Amino acid sequence: MSEDKNYLNMDLLRFTTAGSVDDGKSTLIGRLFHDTKAIFEDQLEAIEQSSKKRGDENVNLALLTDGLRAEREQGITIDVAYRYFATPKRKFIIADTPGHIQYTRNMVTGASTANLALILVDARNGVVEQTRRHSFIADLLGIKHVAVCINKMDLVGYEESAYIKVLEQFTDFASRLENVTDITFIPLSALKGDNVVDRSENMTWYKGPPLLYHLENVYVGSDFNHVDARFPVQWVIRPHSDEHHDFRGFAGRVAGGVFKTGDEITVLPSGFNSNIKQILLADQEIDEAFHPQSVTILLEDEIDVSRGDMLVKPNNQPNSSQDLDARICWFSSSKKLSKGTKLILRHTTKDAQVLVSEVRYKIDVNTLRKNEEENQLGMNDIGRISLRASQPVFWDSYRRNRNTGSFILVDPFTNETLAAGMLR
Amino acid sequence: MKNYNLTHLEQLEAEAIFVLRETAAQFERPGLLFSGGKDSIVMAHLAYKAFYPAKSPFPLVHVDTGHNFPETIQFRDQFVDKLGAQLIIGLVQDSINRGTAVEETGPNASRNALQSVTLLETIENNHLDAALGGGRRDEEKARAKERFFSHRDAFGQWDPKNQRPELWNLFNGRKAHGEHFRIFPLSNWTEMDVWQYLKKEEIELPSLYFAHQREIIERNGSLLAVSEFVSPSAKETAKKETVRFRTIGDATCTGAVLSKASNLDEVIAEVAASRITERGTRADDKRSESSMEDRKKQGYF
Ligand SMILES: Nc1nc2c(ncn2[C@@H]2O[C@H](COP(=O)(O)OP(=O)(O)OP(=O)(O)O)[C@@H](O)[C@H]2O)c(=O)[nH]1
Ligand SMILES: [Mg+2]
Repeated sequence: MSEDKNYLNMDLLRFTTAGSVDDGKSTLIGRLFHDTKAIFEDQLEAIEQSSKKRGDENVNLALLTDGLRAEREQGITIDVAYRYFATPKRKFIIADTPGHIQYTRNMVTGASTANLALILVDARNGVVEQTRRHSFIADLLGIKHVAVCINKMDLVGYEESAYIKVLEQFTDFASRLENVTDITFIPLSALKGDNVVDRSENMTWYKGPPLLYHLENVYVGSDFNHVDARFPVQWVIRPHSDEHHDFRGFAGRVAGGVFKTGDEITVLPSGFNSNIKQILLADQEIDEAFHPQSVTILLEDEIDVSRGDMLVKPNNQPNSSQDLDARICWFSSSKKLSKGTKLILRHTTKDAQVLVSEVRYKIDVNTLRKNEEENQLGMNDIGRISLRASQPVFWDSYRRNRNTGSFILVDPFTNETLAAGMLR
Repeated sequence: MKNYNLTHLEQLEAEAIFVLRETAAQFERPGLLFSGGKDSIVMAHLAYKAFYPAKSPFPLVHVDTGHNFPETIQFRDQFVDKLGAQLIIGLVQDSINRGTAVEETGPNASRNALQSVTLLETIENNHLDAALGGGRRDEEKARAKERFFSHRDAFGQWDPKNQRPELWNLFNGRKAHGEHFRIFPLSNWTEMDVWQYLKKEEIELPSLYFAHQREIIERNGSLLAVSEFVSPSAKETAKKETVRFRTIGDATCTGAVLSKASNLDEVIAEVAASRITERGTRADDKRSESSMEDRKKQGYF
């Protein structure tokens, strides 16, 4: 019974892998599972068989996450794989992402919900452009905690000098990042298992903990905003039954702050005020609701509220504007973004048409310099743009609130998701 | 200040409800795939919670191979009755009769793969533009690659090499006419989470999930229940064992496990100690290294 309670109260850490192609991200996740005995017998058997068939020398632990046929054929990761495991200390949700530049969009997908990034670097090659790109994206997405895993130490004779070199290169680059504040460096070998779960005997010069210990113990406080109350309405619940004839509930997920029964609220964009009559968590009445709860809010007054509207507090309102200033990561290989491009903006539960009014600059991921000459963004480019929306958008800066500060851009013709954006 | 934290099960529940409400909002005619298995029971329970006190807007869709454990169908009908839900049934036998699916032959013949055909026909005939599934990423390596909102082209196919990026909780369900989406609100749940949730919410389950006596045969490493669809070959002998099922699917390929776990607490203890994945009991996944991916590309759940 006590074990049960433990399971239910466990702390959750979401982390992502990052770094250049072949630096050993998938192998590391496989190793982590293998050495914590989190691989099931049938999974391990299947991996051993496939490794043999492929003629691999060792059991190829990357096959635990590289689950698609095309990935196994080419020995690379194409799309993000999600894996789950728990130790007695924490529960983990892992996103193993691709290093290949062509699939940067999938790396962004995995990183967008993570609190910590494992950035892998091949000890032989040091920090390369793709290491910088991924580190910059992690920073852009607001990830504060980074563990730089200096991998393949077995190929450099477990020499401290290789570790020091990467540490210096990365520290230099990271001094220009905004959000990444907590950086840990761990020398390891994903292939051989040094410093992954167990402390390595080949690197006695390293005094820090192995990776798992770090992941179990790193303090990742909730970076969630419990101050600014934001409730984007997802759906209006209107039962067509006699029993609940007058019921009108606004369903959604609290995107910030706390809502309590009796609170005065303002509905955006109409500007009408009312008070909260009742809050429901499914069929249970509760006194207050906070992120990330999905609840249903009932108001005292009959006012017009529909999907895409936002409930806020009268004395603490988000920005409301049609002009938006954002940093974006552009994903499309077939379409470029430039002044005049028309797109669909998806922000909280609202869709709006937008027009690119300006491409302000593109960022060189190697130097983090702004190139203001550039007036187009292509695949995997990161830049700052201005947008004009067909209707007002209610937003906070991404740094203040990830939920009301983020958006995606969608192609109105192909319906593809073309970009991820973070409001300034 | 008060501690505003949710347990991870509460977080998973809030996320699933968010996804269910997005589905209702973004699609014209979404349906909820319901097999009578534990994941789809959890889904139906979450749909009840998401729209309370209104009824869930999703009809339940059962793709029926005709090779069922009688307990499953009995449970399904009672469940649907209690919810007052609409039930849409797609029969694999109908696809076979129409000639759009061809019955497999041989000793390991199964209708499992044919379900894809029937599922796509059911989606099309009922004009569904989204199908909610109980699939979880921890189940299988190809599933580990799924998005919450997973796009299907006009042929119902999945293109795993070219999935839409899915950022934060911003789900893009836009599509062209004739295309549809598969939606997986339980993506981030593990088998253990599902069992813990079933217990926490006191949800009723088909008796097949708990230990009972049954005649079984061992075939290709799976323990298959002897039934009107599976009978021992000349080389096999049936024996009576105390077993239960970890997943419930087509009777011809769903393996049982030897178990004495007769209630949720005992099942949870067993799941915690298990060294084999739940799909490790499924003969359909053992056919080849990429059988799940191949089936999913064709339109499987
Ligand atoms: N010698 C040695 N080889 C390693 C180590 N880690 C990974 N490798 C090898 O490096 C190759 C690439 O490993 P992966 O884990 O697939 O690399 P990845 O970073 O996941 O690659 P992408 O996902 O495609 O970006 C494989 O052949 C691994 O066996 C290590 O610590 N030492
Ligand atoms: Mg990889």
